[in-house]
Amino acid sequence: MVPPAEFTSYYGRPVIKEVVWGVPDVPGYLFLGGLAGASSLLAASAELTGRHELARTAKTAAVGAISLSALALVQDLGRPARFINMLRVFKPTSPMSIGSWLLTAYGPAAGVAAASALTGRVPRIGRAATAAAAMVGPGVASYTAALLADTAVPAWHDAHRELPYLFVSSAATAAGGLGLALVRPEHAGPARNLAVAGASAELVARNLLIRRVRRAGTVEAYQSGRAGHLMAAAEVLGVSGLSIAATLGRNRVAAALAGTALVASSALTRFGVFYAGRISARDPKYTVVPQRDRLRRQDQAESPADAGLPAAGLVGQHGLLQCLG
Amino acid sequence: MSTRVAPAFAAGPTDAAGGLDPAARSGYADHPPRMGFFTDTSVCIGCKACEVACKEWNKVPEDGLELTGMSYDNTGSLSASTWRHVAFIEQIVRAGDSRWLMSSDVCKHCTEAACLDVCPTGALMRSEFGTVVIQDDVCNGCGYCVSACPFGVVGRRETDGGAHKCTLCYDRIGDGLTPACAKACPTESIQFGPLDELRERAQGRLRELHDAGTPQARLYGEDPADGVGGAGAFFLLLDEPEVYGLPPDPVVTTRDLPRMWRHVATAAAALAAAALLSGLGQRS
Repeated sequence: MVPPAEFTSYYGRPVIKEVVWGVPDVPGYLFLGGLAGASSLLAASAELTGRHELARTAKTAAVGAISLSALALVQDLGRPARFINMLRVFKPTSPMSIGSWLLTAYGPAAGVAAASALTGRVPRIGRAATAAAAMVGPGVASYTAALLADTAVPAWHDAHRELPYLFVSSAATAAGGLGLALVRPEHAGPARNLAVAGASAELVARNLLIRRVRRAGTVEAYQSGRAGHLMAAAEVLGVSGLSIAATLGRNRVAAALAGTALVASSALTRFGVFYAGRISARDPKYTVVPQRDRLRRQDQAESPADAGLPAAGLVGQHGLLQCLG
Repeated sequence: MSTRVAPAFAAGPTDAAGGLDPAARSGYADHPPRMGFFTDTSVCIGCKACEVACKEWNKVPEDGLELTGMSYDNTGSLSASTWRHVAFIEQIVRAGDSRWLMSSDVCKHCTEAACLDVCPTGALMRSEFGTVVIQDDVCNGCGYCVSACPFGVVGRRETDGGAHKCTLCYDRIGDGLTPACAKACPTESIQFGPLDELRERAQGRLRELHDAGTPQARLYGEDPADGVGGAGAFFLLLDEPEVYGLPPDPVVTTRDLPRMWRHVATAAAALAAAALLSGLGQRS
């Protein structure tokens, strides 16, 4: 459905507020949180099957990524000194509250798992921490989809069914890609498998998401401006990395190349989704046009006699007020 | 610790009009009637006394003194430091015939308030009057409420990093006083009172205007069946909502949150399965 080119707004001003979350802090966190959560799973999988080099690398990546995440998140607050207020309440109606508790559980587990793996000390506690991080990791990698979707930002909310799948695929792509890039191919089997599975799933999820937002009337936010460039670059890197990993993934140089491309692809996807939301918040058409269409469909459902009417008389009625954007 | 486990649309006590009773659902067993604003824009003269009175009473700082070039509106929009905003719209109805629309916008104090639902610190709370208030000493400036509000009401103030918005003069109404904006309004365009009384009065005014030959008059935000469960601050408008910068059909984002969590859980399970399966197969 092509939305009408003209709609009414108040001097072209946005209806909803601009997203105040900063770049690179928040999109960077979306990427790093995914990388960390999926890396903890990869570490557990590698450890269970005796690939200790891969397990060690994945655990180190997890703790590094989650530490940077925590810094980025605190820095992005308007009042960083009060970050601890996140733990005053436990609110399932707030994905950010759930996320804060997930990170509180996950961070220390990932830290202990990595410390034990790197020093060789307290192996039993290290194994318990590895298991704990692997259990919380999927939550850390996926809740950020609800974090973005549970807003009035049209491009994010419209994608609320598909974003979780896009984000976990992207997380798997990043974790697998990093293992592929850093670990000798003969020890990197699980990373290669995860990277290929993640990048393939990401292609599907991205397509489903685009189909959804096209129906919802917000696809342009994903395909225009910086978001469009980022999403396109993510796809090119993802497909390249996937092809190389699936065919030449046992070659050290090819694996490093593929892994790097996949990690970059995952990051670009997160930045692309983030910018799509920003674009859709700034322009009133993303809020007004889909809501108008919804009202029109409701009207038509209630009184089929009016079904033939054009896009409401208001468009074109007040020449002064028409927004050209 | 929040006691609310279900999102905003869960069943609960209702008010006289069949809408949800937000104060009772937030745990106020015995509470005063739900208070709100009815802003009748058909009698607004654009004097901005409401903007000034709000700033004075609530000690809201200055937030830019530039000319916007948008008619007489140099305020622009609601924000962390603008809790009442008067919109000015000059319309050419037909050649040689123009009209002015003026409207004082404010926080809607939604029955199903997304800002309150998503606040991770509990800084946003429901008052005993059914209004939505930000506790400044708790807010850590995460900005989630800013993006959750479907009306673009809540803002984050650059100078102190916190989120701010209209409190419906919580400190005045608790003492039986009228909120500053309504008190200062010279034409009673802004009316304050128990919400069910305001809704009745608004229906009467709407009939009056329709009978007087103003079919464009319509109420905005008064219907408990709308996407936010009805607003505590609603309006009588003389044109489509988007003409005034209001969303035509806002729906609280948290209505879809149960579905979001289901998809998140499925996706998380799929990730866990994929990662664990990735270890299978022979070592190369």
